[in-house]
Amino acid sequence: MKTGILEERRDQIHRTGEGAIDIACNRESLAGAVSQRACVFCGSRVVLYPIADALHLVHGPIGCAVYTWDIRGALSSGPELHRLSFSTDLQETDVIFGGEKKLEAALDELIDRHGPKAAFVYSTCIVGIIGDDLEAVCRTMSQKKGIPVLPVQSEGFKGSKREGYLAACKAMFKLVGSGDTSGISPVSVNIFGDFNLAGEIWIVRDYFRRMGVEVVANVTGDGRVADIGRCHGAALNLVQCSGATLDLARMMQEEYGTPFLRVSYLGIEDMADSLYQVADFFKDAAPGIVERTQELVRDELARLMPELARYRRDLEGKRVAMYVGGSFKAFSLVKAFRHLGMQVVMVGSQTGTKEDYAELEQITDPGTIIVDDANPLELSAFIKEKDVDLFVGGVKERPIAYKLGVGFCDHNHERKEALEGFVGMLNFAREVHASAMSPVWNFVPRRAARIAAREQEAVNE
Amino acid sequence: MLLRHTPKEVAERKALAINPAKTCQPIGAMYAALGIHGCLPHSHGSQGCCAYHRSALTRHYKEPISAATSSFTEGASVFGGQANLLQAINNIFTVYEPEVIAVHTTCLSETIGDDLNQIFEKARREGKVPEGCTLVGAPTPSYVGSHVTGFSNMVKAMAQLAEPSGKKSGKVNIIPGWVEPADMAEIKRLATLVGVPVTVFPDTSGVLDAPLTGEYTMFPQGGVTIKELKASGDATATLAMGEWCSADAARWLDAKCKVPCTVLDMPFGLAATDRFIDVLRTVAGVTVPDAVAVERGQLVDLISDMHQYLYGKRVALWGDPDQLISMCEFLVSLDMQPVYVVTGTPGKKFEERIREICAGRPFEVKVKAKGDMFLMHQWIKNEPVDLLMGNSYGKYIARDEDIPLLRWGFPILDRQGHQYFPTVGYRGGLRLLEKMLDQFLDRKDRDDPETSFELVL
Repeated sequence: MKTGILEERRDQIHRTGEGAIDIACNRESLAGAVSQRACVFCGSRVVLYPIADALHLVHGPIGCAVYTWDIRGALSSGPELHRLSFSTDLQETDVIFGGEKKLEAALDELIDRHGPKAAFVYSTCIVGIIGDDLEAVCRTMSQKKGIPVLPVQSEGFKGSKREGYLAACKAMFKLVGSGDTSGISPVSVNIFGDFNLAGEIWIVRDYFRRMGVEVVANVTGDGRVADIGRCHGAALNLVQCSGATLDLARMMQEEYGTPFLRVSYLGIEDMADSLYQVADFFKDAAPGIVERTQELVRDELARLMPELARYRRDLEGKRVAMYVGGSFKAFSLVKAFRHLGMQVVMVGSQTGTKEDYAELEQITDPGTIIVDDANPLELSAFIKEKDVDLFVGGVKERPIAYKLGVGFCDHNHERKEALEGFVGMLNFAREVHASAMSPVWNFVPRRAARIAAREQEAVNE
Repeated sequence: MLLRHTPKEVAERKALAINPAKTCQPIGAMYAALGIHGCLPHSHGSQGCCAYHRSALTRHYKEPISAATSSFTEGASVFGGQANLLQAINNIFTVYEPEVIAVHTTCLSETIGDDLNQIFEKARREGKVPEGCTLVGAPTPSYVGSHVTGFSNMVKAMAQLAEPSGKKSGKVNIIPGWVEPADMAEIKRLATLVGVPVTVFPDTSGVLDAPLTGEYTMFPQGGVTIKELKASGDATATLAMGEWCSADAARWLDAKCKVPCTVLDMPFGLAATDRFIDVLRTVAGVTVPDAVAVERGQLVDLISDMHQYLYGKRVALWGDPDQLISMCEFLVSLDMQPVYVVTGTPGKKFEERIREICAGRPFEVKVKAKGDMFLMHQWIKNEPVDLLMGNSYGKYIARDEDIPLLRWGFPILDRQGHQYFPTVGYRGGLRLLEKMLDQFLDRKDRDDPETSFELVL
């Protein structure tokens, strides 16, 4: 086995401190690479699907609907229509003669039966090839049924997840402005780029409630069509997750003049900093908000820090590698691991930009590997080279980490614990501790010897 | 109530599937290809397909699943994917160094009309395929059939590697169908016990149940080798388990290489295992050893111990045709009542087989090919059952209707260990029985009033 690095990929890998960073990114994956990336459809689907009172119909062969059926624990406090899987299940005859009639019939039946507040119709690769006129069908059905029926132009081959985010934002933007904004407080925000995994958006909403800030719309975790329709009435958009909803924020800024702030609810600094930014924005409109926010952060930290210290004692000096989707997560995670006394030795992302990687280089220690669009062999080589104790990634990376005898934390769709907010930091520490410190790794031949050696070293010191 | 959106009234649906009981072809081809030694499956289509299949297989098998993709872009979709595939073949052999690349198509590459054989020829001509390495290809259009069809198509492509030497090898080919790695291992164990040398393909044992060693390898020890596949044309016979999963490959070997085939039901349960052992004995001309008879006797013994609890229990099952046929037969033989049976995979013959198995029994079976979980839920809402059996997609119904769910089939996304415990053969029957009775008695212990709660059951 060679190093597993394609010659053409060398400029997608950088080591902090070794020359100027110039990562080639946002580049199409090489054909034949075992890439961890997904497609346009995937991007659109993950962004829109948490809107719980909308119908989500996948126009394509069955697979696209099945693989995105309730895979992300995007919780809803009300309707659960988003957790069902609807597909036009295109067959060979549809591919030959077109699927428009079928799509129309499906929408007709579903809208009548389920009475959704809006319908999103996702285009897939095959629809892009056979040329069904999604726009026209949606327009007709919208008129017929009296609800917004929105085409999502998410043909898989038209790029990576990034283009899917944009298609999703375009679809949502058609809803914005349709609702009545009366009664919305001047001290109000929309939460963009949070998908309510494990109930995270409820934690964040509670902080804003305590600060006296009204949340108009969740985009999209625990989302509702009507809220999105009136979200242009909010004073400010808070954008988390650099890729997914930034486009929508930009569209709203242009059309409605709504300013936006980029925030992150992961980790202590970023969480606190995000709340302070909001408080600062509203300090004239809402006297006392800065003090209220300070008090909130103080309260939360007073509860959090002693407990965090217990985990830190064990985790101090342990080494972490991470491979995430969007790089916003990486920034927050690097800082979060610092609180646990852990050392980040590798950071990778599926969809980072040049600016993202430059910023990562700024905040990581010398020697840290920074990589764009990695494959399993590369990940494995880096994990071994850096003698990593914990790997942070998504579903496909978990068993790779385990095979290497390394702890794992899912910071992606399949996380089961809320990791946002101050309480999320504690959950995160617990999860990291549970896996990195598990006695099971002592049974792993490759690592057992090293762990023993490290302990011996500690004793000798 | 997660499924509060399901109305009780069943109406004819033509235009859509709701909560599907199938998925698309390529994932089946990918799973089958993982049963070839040293093989990297390759998805000839957009990146998403490959990522989805890998994620789905990872969630089920809890193992690293490597596969490459042609990473189609807009250009490839207009001008054809040949350039992408050629580049992919070159890159894969250079970087990942597999012995085999097993390419399957997607709806996209099928529709634009890429011809795998022609592209393979070009790759070989251009020296992109290193000495001793192999390309396998299967067409798997996502808009035809289901994941089962894709599995079958890749298995057939494996059979087509056969190069008959004209000399019989004395071995028997066994095509096990889409079962767990542990099932494939169990089939090999039984064959060894009976004393028949076999080639099992595909064979994911040793691939998707590999031990944790602290090293990551893309190509674990297991899998059928290309050498074995080439020799499959010299076998004495082929036993194909499952009409949907395995028959095409077996019939091809029969027609082209004169290897006589027998298409069997998958060996789930007593009777189907009996038939498997019997055919194995016959084609190999051996006597069944006592050890096998003992295993059979143990299964009968456990059934007799349990029969009073199983009697008359109503069961709803969903999954794939071959598995469901054998399981229905097993349940009926236990005096249970498989009242609702759904597969998303098309096939009128499936409905016929299920009706045959249930004919003359004291219940009426509702069976549907090209059905979905929405329909299944509607049936259950109209008249409930005692047990649900199938993949994880039944958990919504289980929760809403408060019915125990025995997870069996593909995919299982929310429980672990299934890849290690066979449910085929007599021993597999023991495991199925234990799991079934646990479901019933755990429920009884939970629900019984204090007055009838007993220590000894």
